Amino acid sequence: MTGLVRRLVGAAAPRTVWSLGVLLVLLLAAPAVLGKYWLSVLILVLYFAYVGQAWNILMGFAGQLSLGHALYAGLGGYIAAGLFFHYGIGPWAGLFAAVASAALAGAIVGYLGFRFSLAGVYFALLTIAFSEFTRIAFDHWPWAGGSGGLFLKVEAGTDIANLRGGAVLFYYVILALAVGAFLLCRALLESRLGRYWLAIREDAEAAQAVGVPVLRCKMIAIVISAGLTALAGVWNAFYYNNLFPETAFAMGRSIEITLAPIIGGLGTLFGPIVGAVVLTGLGEAFTDLGDALGIPGIKQIFYGFALLVIVMYRPAGVWPWLAAKLGFSERQS
Amino acid sequence: MTSDFLLALAQAITKGLLTGMVYGLMALGLSVIFGVMRVVNFAHGEMMVVGMYLAWMGFDYLNLSPVLSLPLIAALFFAAGYVLQRGLISPFIGRPEHQQFLLLLAVAILLVNGCLAIAGPDSRGVQMESQFDSYELGPLVFDAVRLHAALIAVAIAVLLWLFFTRTRTGKSIRAAADNHMGALVVGLDVRRLYAFTFGVGAACVGAAGALMITIIPVTPFLAAEYTLLAFVIVIVGGLGSMTGALLGGLLIGVSEAVAGLLVQPSLKSMVSFGLLILVLLLRPQGLFGKSNP
Repeated sequence: MTGLVRRLVGAAAPRTVWSLGVLLVLLLAAPAVLGKYWLSVLILVLYFAYVGQAWNILMGFAGQLSLGHALYAGLGGYIAAGLFFHYGIGPWAGLFAAVASAALAGAIVGYLGFRFSLAGVYFALLTIAFSEFTRIAFDHWPWAGGSGGLFLKVEAGTDIANLRGGAVLFYYVILALAVGAFLLCRALLESRLGRYWLAIREDAEAAQAVGVPVLRCKMIAIVISAGLTALAGVWNAFYYNNLFPETAFAMGRSIEITLAPIIGGLGTLFGPIVGAVVLTGLGEAFTDLGDALGIPGIKQIFYGFALLVIVMYRPAGVWPWLAAKLGFSERQS
Repeated sequence: MTSDFLLALAQAITKGLLTGMVYGLMALGLSVIFGVMRVVNFAHGEMMVVGMYLAWMGFDYLNLSPVLSLPLIAALFFAAGYVLQRGLISPFIGRPEHQQFLLLLAVAILLVNGCLAIAGPDSRGVQMESQFDSYELGPLVFDAVRLHAALIAVAIAVLLWLFFTRTRTGKSIRAAADNHMGALVVGLDVRRLYAFTFGVGAACVGAAGALMITIIPVTPFLAAEYTLLAFVIVIVGGLGSMTGALLGGLLIGVSEAVAGLLVQPSLKSMVSFGLLILVLLLRPQGLFGKSNP
C-alpha cells in the first residue's frame, strides 16, 4: 500500500500532495454540501478537465494539434448509446466498443496524417475534415437516428449497471474519470514514452535523428487520446440522454475540448483543470449577466473578450503563472 | 431523358462556376494572409458574414445596392484589417499555431456574436428586382445576380493581381513573403507591409460578403460554415497561392452544385470534405500550388 502511494506521489513535493489530498476529499464530499445548480457547474468543470486532459496528451505532450476531437467523443457516445438503445447492452460493456472504435478512428486519422507527415495547421485541418465528414455521415445513418437524433429513455431511480440515475451518480463517474486521467497523464509524462513525446514536440527531426520512434510514439499518443475522449463521449451521452450529429460532431464541440488546456497551460498536468475552472466559471457568470441584459449573443461577446485578454496577457496559459504565484512548481515540461 | 439530364448538369455546373468565383474571392483573402504572414485566419467566415450584414444594412437602411456599397465595405474592411493586424495579430506572428488559433477564435466569437446582438438570429437578405432577371445563352440560363457577382469577383481578382505584380507595395509584400529576413535587410517596413496585407485580405472577404448577400440571405450561423469552406478551398487550391484559391473556389462551387444534383443536397459538403482529405494526403501543396508547401 505505501509502495503504491509512493509510486503515485513520486517526486512531488509534500505540500503539493497534501493540497491535492484536501482537494480530493472536498470533491468527494461536495454532493452532500452543494445544491443542484453548483453540482451541475462542478460536473461541467470536471468534464472539461477530463476531456482537456485527454486532448492534452496529443497536443500538449506530443505536439500534434487536433481540432477534430469531437469525432472521438461523438463516436464513443453514439456507439455506447446505440448499443444500449437498440440491443439493451449497458454502457459498462458498450464502452469497450466505444473506446475501441474511437481508438481505431484515431489510429486511421493519425496514420494518414503522420505517415504523410502533415504537421501544424495541415494536420489540424485533416482532423477537422474527418470530424465533419463523420458528422454528415451520421446525419444520414438511420441506425444512429440520422439528423433527428438519438434519445435515451429517462428513468426514475438509480440503476448503476446501466448508468441511469441522477446528477450525483454522474458526478462521481466524471470525478473518477478526471482523477484517473490526471494520474494516467502523470505516469505517462514520467515514463520513457512521455519523454519521447516531449522530444517530438520540441523538435521531431532531432528526435528522429537520435533514434526516437517518432511515428510509433505519435500513433500511441493519438490512440490513447482518442480512446480517453471516447469515454467522455459515453458519459456525455448518458448524462444528457440525447445525441445529435449537429452537436456531437460539431466543430464547436472540438473547439470546446481544446480551450481548457490551452487557457490553463498546454502540456502541464494542472493546466486542463485550471482552464476548466476558469472557463466554466466565466461561462456561468456571463450566462447570468447575459440573462440580466437580455441581448442575444452578449454572453459570447463577454466570453470572447475574456479569451482575448487571456491569450494576449497569458499566452502560455494561466496555470504556469498561477503556480509561480502560489509557490507550487510543476516541473517545466 | 439523357439530354434533359445533361442540360441540368450543364446548368448546375454553370451555377457552380458563378458561385465559385465569389467563393474564390473569399478564399483569396485567406490565402493572401496565410501566404504572406503564415497566420491562419480562423475568423475568416465571420468576417465574410460581417461583410454580408453590412451590405444588407446598406440596402435596408440607405437603399444602397450591394454592388454600390461594395467599395465602401472593402475600404472599411481594409482599414479594420490594418488596425486589427497592427493592434492584435502582429505580436502573434511566428508564435505557436494554437496561440494564433485561440486569438483569432476570440476575434471570431466577438464578430459573429456582435452580428447576432445587432441584427438578431433571423436570416436577412436583400430583395432586388434583378434577382428575377436572367440571361440566356442557347439552352443555358444564367441568373443575373450570380453572373454580376461572378464578373465583379473576377474584376477584383484582376485588380489584386495588378496590385501584387505592378505596384511597389505589392511587390514589397511578395518580397517580404518570400524572404522575411531579406526584406528586413533591404530596409522594407515589414510590419507595415503585414498590416497592409491583412487589410487587403480583409477587403477581399468584405467584398465577397457584399457579393454573396445578393445570392443568399445571411444568418450568424453561416459564419463557421464559411470559415470551413474557405479552408477547404485554399487547401484544395494550394495554401498561399492566389490562382489556386480562385481555381479552388470554382472547383468547390462546381462540386457542391453537381453533388446537389446527383446526390442529396445535404451530402454536398461531404464531397468537399472528402476532396479536402484526399488533397491533404496526396498533394498537400494543393492541386495548383507550387511543389513545396
